[in-house]
Amino acid sequence: MLKDADRIFTNIYGLGDAGLVGAKSRGDWSATSEILAKGRDQIVDEVKESGLRGRGGAGFGAGLKWSFMPKEIGERPHYLVVNADEGEPGTCKDREILRFEPHKLVEGCLIASFAMGAHAAYIYIRGEFFREAEALQSAIDEAYDAGLIGPDACGSGWDFDCYVHRGMGAYICGEETALIESLEGKKGQPRLKPPFPANSGLYGCPTTVNNVETIAVAPTILRRGHEWFANLGRANNTGTKLFNISGHVNNPCTVEEEMSVPLKELIEVHAGGVIGGWENLKAIIPGGASVPCLPRSICDSVLMDFDSLREVQSGLGTAAIMVMDQSTDIIAAIARLSAFYTHESCGQCTPCREGTGWMSRMMARLVSGEASVDEIDTLEQVTRQIEGHTICALGDAAAWPIQGLIRHFRPELEARIEQAKSQAA
Amino acid sequence: MSDVTQPESFEFSPEFRDAADAFIAKYPKGRHESAVMPLLDLAQRQHDGWLPRAAMDYVAEYLAMPPIRVYEVATFYTMYNLEPVGKNHVQVCTNLPCWLRGSDGIVEACKRTLGVEFGGTTEDGLFTLSEMECLGACVNAPMMQINDDYYEDLDPTSAESILTELRLGETPKTGSQIGRKSCEPSSGLTSLTEMDGEG
Repeated sequence: MLKDADRIFTNIYGLGDAGLVGAKSRGDWSATSEILAKGRDQIVDEVKESGLRGRGGAGFGAGLKWSFMPKEIGERPHYLVVNADEGEPGTCKDREILRFEPHKLVEGCLIASFAMGAHAAYIYIRGEFFREAEALQSAIDEAYDAGLIGPDACGSGWDFDCYVHRGMGAYICGEETALIESLEGKKGQPRLKPPFPANSGLYGCPTTVNNVETIAVAPTILRRGHEWFANLGRANNTGTKLFNISGHVNNPCTVEEEMSVPLKELIEVHAGGVIGGWENLKAIIPGGASVPCLPRSICDSVLMDFDSLREVQSGLGTAAIMVMDQSTDIIAAIARLSAFYTHESCGQCTPCREGTGWMSRMMARLVSGEASVDEIDTLEQVTRQIEGHTICALGDAAAWPIQGLIRHFRPELEARIEQAKSQAA
Repeated sequence: MSDVTQPESFEFSPEFRDAADAFIAKYPKGRHESAVMPLLDLAQRQHDGWLPRAAMDYVAEYLAMPPIRVYEVATFYTMYNLEPVGKNHVQVCTNLPCWLRGSDGIVEACKRTLGVEFGGTTEDGLFTLSEMECLGACVNAPMMQINDDYYEDLDPTSAESILTELRLGETPKTGSQIGRKSCEPSSGLTSLTEMDGEG
């Protein structure tokens, strides 16, 4: 298990002062100018060397992403955009950074922006996080007042502005190009890629979109050394990670742990175990609503990292762990997620717009058992026709939970249908 | 919007106009359309929590945008209320993490206490009840949002007493209703034990 000394987010529970004085006492904003003095290339290289992979769900190498930005600043300004549109069901990690560790994020914005040649960062925060936006703005104001950001930020000679932009309720704006559209004052409908944001993002300018946690850990990595971060977790799955453990556990909580921690250990040590004991576990969704669920047999041994979860046909996603005990109607649980994706489809691509509604109606029939067994196969085929056939990943996200349900709980689906039949007869 | 009585006109008060101009200043020159979302939010806050057509037209004019672009934004995002809402907009999350922790019971308690269904507003205009998708406080489930605040770690009893307090014009405690500071394990810290009490 991770030692406290290796934890980055030492105020994640808000037990200390979230303001500048408290943040500085925890090491934030310490020798930031020395980090900036390393220069753009070295900062990007060190983040690459640390192995940091994006914390928003896709897990793309952060340093590599930063390196895609043009080396020279041309006529078009560069932008950093921070994705704080946290809305993936089960996920509530960025919220705690925004309200209790906002200075880590603001300092990270300065460093990342500098490393990418950006003089401005926009932090797009979901509209419902009103109090969190207030806490973040307060940290930004403090940083301006202290000369940490603004003209000649930290005495580095680099001018840097940081702005908060509140969303107004749309899950799809967590998709990076939808977020950019929204930031430009439009409906949040994803753009086709290419062009990728690093070439043409916000206002058609070179832009990098990073998750809150990704940016917030960067200063500590650069301060403590990329070797330190790279030595935590497994190869290709390095560092520490915030995990949200919700659902049927004795003590739901958020905790920072080492990447690659065994799922079972994580739940037993930090969340007080599954309600009724591990034997009472039915299934876990390990990475936010979009990733396929896992039955107990896999949960027994799986590690919480990108590669281990991919090997079992699921994913780390946002590392939001939703635990379901034996009392759960797993069909109704997945049907609830299907209803969510129907609600949140932006309507742009036909397979998603029509498919999410179709799958949701089909799932509702499977909950009541008013279906035939061969319709399970039809549903599975439809998920395959949606997956990979839309501009953004919302179509995939809607398809995967159903695929996981059919893969691991098909007997339960069939039994529900048989039960409904016998009741009707 | 059809059966709602729409005001004939709308304009920002001086205070809201200042706030609007501060938002516009956050974006580069010529990119003022980026401010459409915060300006619509301001308009809604000034107009008792809902956004009439006249306010959309006003914002369109304020930003020199075609009105249709503003309507597109106002109808796309769920936090814009296109019809009047109660003084307290009670929004109960029913997504999976909340459902696993008993959001059905919270919904029932809210409906019973307020005497309205989802989408309904109480006759005294004090409450509107809505069903919400995930609000991002999943380890503090079940939860609800009322106006700008979260109420977390609910049970039917605490949900009911929050609504009763609001009805009496009181200010209920926000955040966790079971005494947690935030998202730490309720049985005590399992990490950061050396940091406990710091700062």
